[in-house]
Amino acid sequence: MDKPELKNFTKPESIKDYPVGPSFSGGHLVSVNSGWRTFKPVVALDTCTGCYRCYLVCPDGVIVKTEAGKVAVDYDFCKGCGVCAHECPFDAIEMVKEDLQK
Amino acid sequence: MNNKRITVKNMTDKEYFFGHKACAGCGGSLAVRLALKVFGDRTFAALPAGCMSAVGFIYPQMAFLNNAIISTFPGTGSMLSGMRAGLDALGIKDTHVVGFAGDGGTADIGLQALSGAIDREEKIIYICYDNEAYMNTGVQKSSLTPYGARTTTSPAGENLPGSVMHKKNLFEIVAAHDIAYAATASVGYPQDYLNKLSKAALVEGTSYIHIYATCPTGWGTPTETSVSLAKEAVDSGLWYLAEYENGEFTLNRRPKEFFPVKEHLLKQGRFKHLKDSDIRIIEEARDKKWKRMLEHWK
Repeated sequence: MDKPELKNFTKPESIKDYPVGPSFSGGHLVSVNSGWRTFKPVVALDTCTGCYRCYLVCPDGVIVKTEAGKVAVDYDFCKGCGVCAHECPFDAIEMVKEDLQK
Repeated sequence: MNNKRITVKNMTDKEYFFGHKACAGCGGSLAVRLALKVFGDRTFAALPAGCMSAVGFIYPQMAFLNNAIISTFPGTGSMLSGMRAGLDALGIKDTHVVGFAGDGGTADIGLQALSGAIDREEKIIYICYDNEAYMNTGVQKSSLTPYGARTTTSPAGENLPGSVMHKKNLFEIVAAHDIAYAATASVGYPQDYLNKLSKAALVEGTSYIHIYATCPTGWGTPTETSVSLAKEAVDSGLWYLAEYENGEFTLNRRPKEFFPVKEHLLKQGRFKHLKDSDIRIIEEARDKKWKRMLEHWK
């Protein structure tokens, strides 16, 4: 997958430090979305047929096509909505509760 | 730009709308993501106030990879016109100018600018992601909110069933301008949407796509059913997949038998209060519309 990388950002200390015009290029990401979810999708690679239905319907574009013709999940940006698991025609994706104690 | 059919197998791996802060299971963000994957790098986007501008441009984040700007709420159509004029003046070719506006930003507040842009036959693509209320500000009724839906400004109670107005027929209003290309789509039928996007990209003139986009937050639905609900809405006849081209309407999908409306509606928190009499009103309106569409559309 071709996606923007996470960049470091220091919060300005005073109003004078804020830019007055456009200051970043497209795809300027500074924080992940992984803290949003309580369930995470886990792909069963032996059941996955590589139909890419999950890739097509993921609202966040976090499903990655792998070289083996299967899919993987970008857990940094997955919000755990579960659309992929619900739409999978082969039930190859399971929503597993996150271990929040970690 | 080529005429090859874009499918999930051959679409670009590049994500143009990534890392945004939309709610989990957002149908609107899926609509924007797929559209930008079809249009590609050389796309200039304008978004008025609405969910997608609110979740895409949170300082210091910029979730769009291509050029994107927030327009005034009523001025999406005119800003798109200006962007196209600017590109023409600079001699920049092979670009797409696309607008993503919500249902309020299209059917209520942005309607006159959209109408003007269609009238001038600007070479722009206007995409309305219709989540059936002003979701970004906390679920207020728009003119595309369907009958019976509970919103904060159309509360349901003893006297009212939620919204008492039916959905505005925006697709036909746009088509009445004799626009070059207009279509309706649903996030529940992504391949149909991809086909329509590819078609819109090649049109010399204005194109308009009205996509039905689920909103788990505003509709009170589980996040995982976002895509299946949008499919059900088409299957139950409450939404339809159609195109307008060369002065003619075409229906892309004619369900042989409608999915039960009651079952579909009661899955959604915003329709939970509906009585059987209200559901009958919704079914009657649907049947009337389908009768007209089947008679007059191809």
